[in-house]
Amino acid sequence: MEYIFHIAILVSIYGILALAQNLVMGAGLLSMAGAAFYGIGAYTAAILAMKFGFNILTILIFAPIIAGVIALTVGSTFARFRDDYFMLATLGFLMIFNTVARNWEALTGGSFGIAGIPKPHIFHFTFGTPFSFMWLSFFLLLVVTIICYYISRSSFGRVLNAIREDEDALSVFGYKTSTYKLIIFAIGAAISTFAGVLFASYLTFIDSRLFTVNESILLWAMVILGGIGRNRGALLGALLLIIIPEGLRFIGFPVEFAALLRQSIYGLLLVFLMLYRPKGILGQYKL
Amino acid sequence: MKYIIETKNLVKNFGGVHAVDHLSINIPKGALIGLVGPNGSGKTTLINLLSGFFPHDKGAIFFSDSERRKILSWENKFYNITRTFQQIRLFDQMSVLDNILVVLTERNPFRALFERHTEYHIKQAEDILRRVDLYDKQFHNAGNLSYGQRKLLEIGRVLAMDTDIILLDEPFAGLFPEVIKKIEEIIKDLRTKGTSIVLVEHNMSIIRSLCDYLIVMDAGRLLAEGHPEKVLREPEVLEAYLGE
Repeated sequence: MEYIFHIAILVSIYGILALAQNLVMGAGLLSMAGAAFYGIGAYTAAILAMKFGFNILTILIFAPIIAGVIALTVGSTFARFRDDYFMLATLGFLMIFNTVARNWEALTGGSFGIAGIPKPHIFHFTFGTPFSFMWLSFFLLLVVTIICYYISRSSFGRVLNAIREDEDALSVFGYKTSTYKLIIFAIGAAISTFAGVLFASYLTFIDSRLFTVNESILLWAMVILGGIGRNRGALLGALLLIIIPEGLRFIGFPVEFAALLRQSIYGLLLVFLMLYRPKGILGQYKL
Repeated sequence: MKYIIETKNLVKNFGGVHAVDHLSINIPKGALIGLVGPNGSGKTTLINLLSGFFPHDKGAIFFSDSERRKILSWENKFYNITRTFQQIRLFDQMSVLDNILVVLTERNPFRALFERHTEYHIKQAEDILRRVDLYDKQFHNAGNLSYGQRKLLEIGRVLAMDTDIILLDEPFAGLFPEVIKKIEEIIKDLRTKGTSIVLVEHNMSIIRSLCDYLIVMDAGRLLAEGHPEKVLREPEVLEAYLGE
């Protein structure tokens, strides 16, 4: 039964990440920075909990603010870019984050990472069991889902769609599109940290290898599989891409081979989707 | 204020090509100005400069007597100006209704986050879609419309902007007579409301029937200007534009 709870927690964490990625990609922003903000959330949780004794639930308030400020800072430059330039700029940001996380040993533990990250607690209750942690994850996923639906259905959400369609044409109608792009980039970053904080606390250990470009590609695959610009698509993508690779465990492949095969599945899936179903399973939009 | 738009010695170069070459023109308030010239004469470049799509290299542009040193397209709403495109640029994967609503709703991103379109917005959008004969298509994707319907939707977005100055870049190109008639009606209606319109067009009968004043460009320069009937008889215009 604990294995089911484990899968449910992973689906919730990646569901949050996919929803955040979908907000950004729904505006046509091909961001590779998803893993970086996920990592910033995780390291914020690890550092504040281990070095300063913060409760993980308190960190859920601070981490989005920290990531939001970082996203606004770097995003003020990135928001001038579009398409492949935006992708390359965010990829550069991810590489810088990863290099810092790997080498700043005093803060991040370097390649040894940070171990012993505590579980969240409220009053005298600790979310120490997979069952209780699952409900905390579900709750955060629900909050994030509500936020994402709210944004999608607002006038702001409609503008994001129009930016994806034709940013220059939209600007003629009085929209400063770079501000919209910057804001959604920061919101996406802030939301991703919820997943990072949950992940660090759930695993109790993090290191820089957990937040590489592979993780960003996985988020892309989830959003594209489910359908870009659809919140339910992002959730479906996260569900499928967590559950399907878990099936490899039961086939009996060696662990190392299963991990490689998982990456290959994500890569192949992206190629096939681009060829045969560019709108994804539930999507309405092509990139 | 006599002129709603003035350009003085306006210059725009693309590499070695002088797309707009020391152009000085005046657009009177409330007038419907025809802008004609052979292909590559700089008409669309001029529209792009006036709407902030490209920055100008030299010269000056005045809107309502005040110079705009740097024209930014997102400030067009503030300066009461809008445009259509020679190559239609709709939000293809959005519905016809959303193409109009996005023009009607909040520009400030923080207010837009907390705004949902209201019955008021829907009613306005539906009124506009009725005017451009697209009411029945409001839930279709803009990308699925026919060419003529796409042109009409562009006109619909211009109506939704409700600005004092409209720059129309070949709105009649490639259209059936019924659609041409519809767009002519809309333009005449806008004129009665005092809207200033710059119309880039190759069809001289449309120019003659709609425009008060004609500006002819050739190789980025002003070739002739004046009343359409008079200008279209000038020998240099006939030679440059009509090849006669």
